[in-house]
Amino acid sequence: MPSTRRPDPRGAVVGRPSEWKSDRWTAYAGTDGSLAVKQLINVPERVVTDALRGMAAAHPELSVDVERRVVVRRDAPVAGKVALVSGGGSGHEPLHGGFVGPGMLDAACPGEVFTSPVPDQMARAAAAVDSGEGVLFVVKNYTGDVLNFDMAAELAEDEGVRVAKVLVQDDVAVTDSTFTAGRRGTGGTLFVEKIAGAAAAEGAPLERVERVARRVAEACRSFGVALTACTTPAKGGPTFDLPPGELELGIGIHGEPGRERRPMMTSGEIADATVDALLADDPPNGPVLALVNGMGGTPLLELYGFNAEVQRALGERGVAVPRTLVGNYVTSLDMAGCSVTLCQVDEELLRWWDAPVATPALRWGR
Amino acid sequence: MVGRAGRHPRAALGTVSGFVGEQRDMRDGREPTGAPRDAAFFRHWLTAVAEAVEEEADRLTELDSAIGDADHGTNMRRGLAAAVSAVEEERPPTPGAVLVLAGRTLVSTVGGASGPLYGTLLRRTGKALDDAPEVDLGELAGALRTGVDAVARLGGATAGDKTMLDALLPALDALGDGLDAAARAAEKGAGDTVPMRARKGRASYLGERSIGHQDPGATSSALLFTALARTARAADGEGGTP
Repeated sequence: MPSTRRPDPRGAVVGRPSEWKSDRWTAYAGTDGSLAVKQLINVPERVVTDALRGMAAAHPELSVDVERRVVVRRDAPVAGKVALVSGGGSGHEPLHGGFVGPGMLDAACPGEVFTSPVPDQMARAAAAVDSGEGVLFVVKNYTGDVLNFDMAAELAEDEGVRVAKVLVQDDVAVTDSTFTAGRRGTGGTLFVEKIAGAAAAEGAPLERVERVARRVAEACRSFGVALTACTTPAKGGPTFDLPPGELELGIGIHGEPGRERRPMMTSGEIADATVDALLADDPPNGPVLALVNGMGGTPLLELYGFNAEVQRALGERGVAVPRTLVGNYVTSLDMAGCSVTLCQVDEELLRWWDAPVATPALRWGR
Repeated sequence: MVGRAGRHPRAALGTVSGFVGEQRDMRDGREPTGAPRDAAFFRHWLTAVAEAVEEEADRLTELDSAIGDADHGTNMRRGLAAAVSAVEEERPPTPGAVLVLAGRTLVSTVGGASGPLYGTLLRRTGKALDDAPEVDLGELAGALRTGVDAVARLGGATAGDKTMLDALLPALDALGDGLDAAARAAEKGAGDTVPMRARKGRASYLGERSIGHQDPGATSSALLFTALARTARAADGEGGTP
């Protein structure tokens, strides 16, 4: 990226907003116009900071430490309750900060775009939300997240906080775990955070909350499809090259290409391919919760249409779906596309799913 | 810091002595010696690495965009700028202490897998150097071996997995032949990742499609060694060594 901006040692950009001049648009106009993706930002280095400032302004019920990058529910620590802390790279909003609040997460730690947060953030979050009942880290399975959360757990335990961890690895597109970093954590994270959050809100002790979280993580399967690549602020252009007439099956949520490219398909065909991939991996023997998730750049109109096809495909294959959530929940910046997550549930998990929740992005009950 | 077009990248990194300006090609000048080096040398080395990353940031990001998530250059640049700034502010007294502080700073500022991995490399190398006021090439090679072993354990990777190790391991093996040889081996190692299939990290999700791209982590790892040779040559020149 042709940029003359230099971050200061702390990665911050100094000066007043009116002084932040981006050379991006003019630079691209002179070279390759096709790369000039327009973004609603000041400068790339400040994207996460600016978003946190805006979140703080919109959600007085959250305590947002913009500098140290920790989002905490304002009434934390909640006496007698196990706390849930998650985090990960930014660019997947509303995950994770949008899920902080009663009935779900107690704190979230956003990293740079698509970059896991640093251990200091999670250790600070854990100290802020621990009531003495312990803290559960919800970790998506990526090398960086795992390493940084492990280091954070050590730091927090040194401070006397009891920490348990659950790893979310629900992406069935990763087939040969032996030769990869293992299955990625994607849409299943929402189910883990919601259901384990409800168990914690009910007063379950740490060991129980951890067991519930693990049960949910194991019951989740996801599969994603990209219609376009996404645009990271640092790059300013698409992260991979997807020709107009093609789509990418089995994508992750970081702008990485998927495993297979095919000529463009209809919504119904995509639903069949997605449901087949999910059921082939793990045929459910009971009802499932469905998350029909947008990747950030696909209109809700299309997502609801896609959901109709997903429900048809599941119905044709004899799968009962007592609850469905449609919307942009685990996104990949401006990527067009969708993912489907199925979470097999019993009565107990369904009850926790239905339990009240009050966060910026999920809110029902009570 | 913003909008100062044309400002030289070195200025932003707060270069302390002029020596890093002498970027002669490694095949151009004399072989850098294995002379004992003090804490100041290691601070200069970090500055040289930060500079190299600054210059290569776009390329690292481009490589990362092919098989990762297009942020390796940005993240490394942020971390090394912070590490340089930390060691220049605190001026730890020994080479080991310089590397430990730099490693800790990387862990706290980079994030992703690179933060813990590079942080561990420097921290463990620094710890292995103990509190020696000066270290020669042999001692540094031994300590680096400890650091690289720690990286391999942390990441669970081995040679051929298309990772940092594919630059670091050949460089270590070549250190006996001098710093230039190590730098060349690291660069060759990074280049040799092109035909490999990634088995670790985010590139591994691509399977066969990771083949044909150079690994960004191996590429940034090679910069450690090219910067080391460059720093040593500059220091030799300043001290008027043989």
